[in-house]
Amino acid sequence: MNAVLTLTDRGIYCPAGDFYIDPWRAVPRALITHGHADHARPGMGAYLCTTTAAPVMRHRLGDITADTIPYAETRQIGGALVSFHPAGHVPGSAQIRVEVGGEVWVVSGDYKVVDDGLSDPFEPVACHAFITECTFGLPVFKWTAPDVLKAEINSWWRANAAAGRTSLLGAYSLGKAQRLMALLDPAIGPILTHGAIENTNAVLRGQGIALPDTIRVTPGRDRKAHPGAMVLAPPSALSGTWARQFGADRSSAFASGWMALRGVRRRRGADRGFIVSDHADWDGLNTAIKATGAERIFVTHGYTSVFRRWLEDQGYDARIVATEYEGEYEGEGLDSTASDPDPEAGTEAGTEPEAQDT
Amino acid sequence: MKRFAALYASVDQTTSTKAKVEALASYFREAPEDDRLWTIALFSGRRPRRLITASVLREWAAEKAGLPLWLFEECYPVVGDLAETIALILPPATTTSDHSLTHWIGHLKTLSTQDDARRKAGILAAWDGLPPTERFLFTKLLTGGFRVGVSQKLMTRALALATGIDEAELTHRLMGNWTPETTDWHRLIEVPDPTAALSRPYPFYLAYGLEETDQITPVGAWSAERKWDGIRGQLICRAGTHHLWSRGEEVMTDRFPELAVLKDFLPAGTVIDGEILAHDTNGPLPFATLQKRIGRKTVPKKLLVEAPVILMAYDLLEAGGTDIRQQPFSARRKQLESLCASLPPDLPLRLSPQVPFEDLEALARARVESRDLGAEGLMLKRLDSPYLAGRKKGDWWKWKVDPLTIDAVMIYAQAGSGRRANLFTDFTFAVRDGDSLVPFTKAYSGLTDAEFRDITAWVRKNTQQRFGPVRQVTPTLVFEIAFEGIQASPRHKSGVALRFPRMARWRQDKPAGEVNTLEDLRQMLAQFG
Repeated sequence: MNAVLTLTDRGIYCPAGDFYIDPWRAVPRALITHGHADHARPGMGAYLCTTTAAPVMRHRLGDITADTIPYAETRQIGGALVSFHPAGHVPGSAQIRVEVGGEVWVVSGDYKVVDDGLSDPFEPVACHAFITECTFGLPVFKWTAPDVLKAEINSWWRANAAAGRTSLLGAYSLGKAQRLMALLDPAIGPILTHGAIENTNAVLRGQGIALPDTIRVTPGRDRKAHPGAMVLAPPSALSGTWARQFGADRSSAFASGWMALRGVRRRRGADRGFIVSDHADWDGLNTAIKATGAERIFVTHGYTSVFRRWLEDQGYDARIVATEYEGEYEGEGLDSTASDPDPEAGTEAGTEPEAQDT
Repeated sequence: MKRFAALYASVDQTTSTKAKVEALASYFREAPEDDRLWTIALFSGRRPRRLITASVLREWAAEKAGLPLWLFEECYPVVGDLAETIALILPPATTTSDHSLTHWIGHLKTLSTQDDARRKAGILAAWDGLPPTERFLFTKLLTGGFRVGVSQKLMTRALALATGIDEAELTHRLMGNWTPETTDWHRLIEVPDPTAALSRPYPFYLAYGLEETDQITPVGAWSAERKWDGIRGQLICRAGTHHLWSRGEEVMTDRFPELAVLKDFLPAGTVIDGEILAHDTNGPLPFATLQKRIGRKTVPKKLLVEAPVILMAYDLLEAGGTDIRQQPFSARRKQLESLCASLPPDLPLRLSPQVPFEDLEALARARVESRDLGAEGLMLKRLDSPYLAGRKKGDWWKWKVDPLTIDAVMIYAQAGSGRRANLFTDFTFAVRDGDSLVPFTKAYSGLTDAEFRDITAWVRKNTQQRFGPVRQVTPTLVFEIAFEGIQASPRHKSGVALRFPRMARWRQDKPAGEVNTLEDLRQMLAQFG
């Protein structure tokens, strides 16, 4: 990379504005695309993020110096013009547009192009160079249509409830969990939440985002109090002792892009796997890239080498930028959920550890 | 296909064995008879003849999906299953169809008589008319091994539930070389056909490894034999015919023609469980000798001389046409002994000798001697045990000698398939030879899922070079490789071939510079080869 943005050992850097975007080491000034732990790290001198993303970032990172900006508002930072645009990944998530001397570069952060009903939907931003994730950059990844997904999850829940079983659904606590909540049919039964998810819910509700009614799972509660309930929990909680409080007769499921693969689904040992992700699928990536009109594409994390070659075949000037972003961790909820700060872990399985939450 | 796909979905969408069995049983009650029969066939390893090679299927699928072949090849190791990869990358179906499982299998059979262009058109049209699950299952029929989380045992249990016929009896009826084209539901399940019964083997009784010596005390109640290193086989002599079955339910009769003579000497209605063993007048030959015979449908004369085989008899399952599996082992053994004693000594049939012992210590000593005698260890059988079906604990145990071990460094890694897709699980190992590393074995098993995950993350960070799905990695990780035997092998760069290599443990304590050497391997070859 050169000109507008460059890659350093601390992260993606803009020399004209003297700031970093989603840096992985401490820097004086960081622009943050969204609040997931691999993009919003502690220790920065000053943070800038969207107005919607700020409450969760403060909740996760504690006492930080953070300035906020609404979507689409342009701000001059040094010699760069900067604006944030919806990425559709989680509430408040942004692509960051940086313009220097008429040359426009966009950093995607993480994104998806389908409307999840919760986040501001993805908006393509015209640019010369697009720096994109490709967590699911293989044509085997195609997400279930939202209406089909909704029907699948509710019919699984309904069948469990009718048989007196508790349904346990594993989903990442910021974004995925709330998005799934919005799909659930409250007529089937009560929605229970693990503390990590409920804490995020509280933050989101506090900023005016409407979520369905949920009940926090607390120690010592009567396990029979909510028959046929749906329990949302971080994936790591599903395989541990926490899940056992719901009795032997429970059915578990994971909601992740990796569930597209039968082998991964079987390895996880859950009854069901719902194919849903907050990252773009194969078609989503290709659509998004095309919509930017960019000729230069930098791929950051995911199936980078394959996706770069594909883009090159399609006539793009495509390169790999080795970042430390982690995408969606295939092993979510397996025993090794500890953060693995391995830059290449993201190239194929990625990690989205629950370390912040558990 | 919709009904079969619904069955597959309900089996795939639960981890409960009970729910799987119930789903299968209701399918066996409700589906048309020919579909039921094909379902039994598929879940017992009988599949339609392979029509199209995997590489041609890949090309067609990539072309239909509008993707370059290289991209398809990149997807395959991530998914770990060819049929699934194809089903995932194809564009959504544009037409619909509602044909039965039997119809689709018949369609494949029709295509097999047609030229390539028609085959291709037939397959592409099928892909275009099937929703995702049906498309996956249809492609599974094309690609082989129908392993979709239903074991033959589970299927048989469901069949017993649906028909009310005893499970052991059904297990027996389902054995043999039938296909849905040579029989029907009525003849196979309801009223077994007597001609099929002529060649039908009994389910093999398999032993678990002994865990603690407590399991065989008091030792006076037990019998010991050597555990011979060959191929387990069942010889069936009935009404002047003979059949030889492998444990994997394959007919091996023609592969071992020297055993044909036995039908002239054994009384009609005799079934012997034993080990097919490369063996000359001096005793057992190494497994590598037998290996030359495996996989060959016909045997040239020269090989019959170089690699002669015998049946080492372990047990008698049928005598005078009567199933004697329920008799105690001691009684079956007596009959087997007198049968063997009545035969001319030069026949390719020997009685597996009993190993005498007075106490546990003597037994333990006998176990250690096994390797020198060309055996893998001891087989321990409770004297009063019936001949059970399948792998069961309690009455029979195998007590193998401790494996040989060597420390080696990983140099290549490849992703596994199925449950291990997208996880590096298949490794190549090397020993040191001066300054260079010499690859000598592959191994796939022996580690926990957690270890495989850690190694997968490591491989991604430490890849030096990629050769298709294979990653060359920095030679750093050291493993203790355990194996059962070692043989000279001119086909391998190292000059040796190992028997049953696996990873005994990950030696995180040991640097790569301290792994064993090629010279160490050669010494093992000299001592144990």
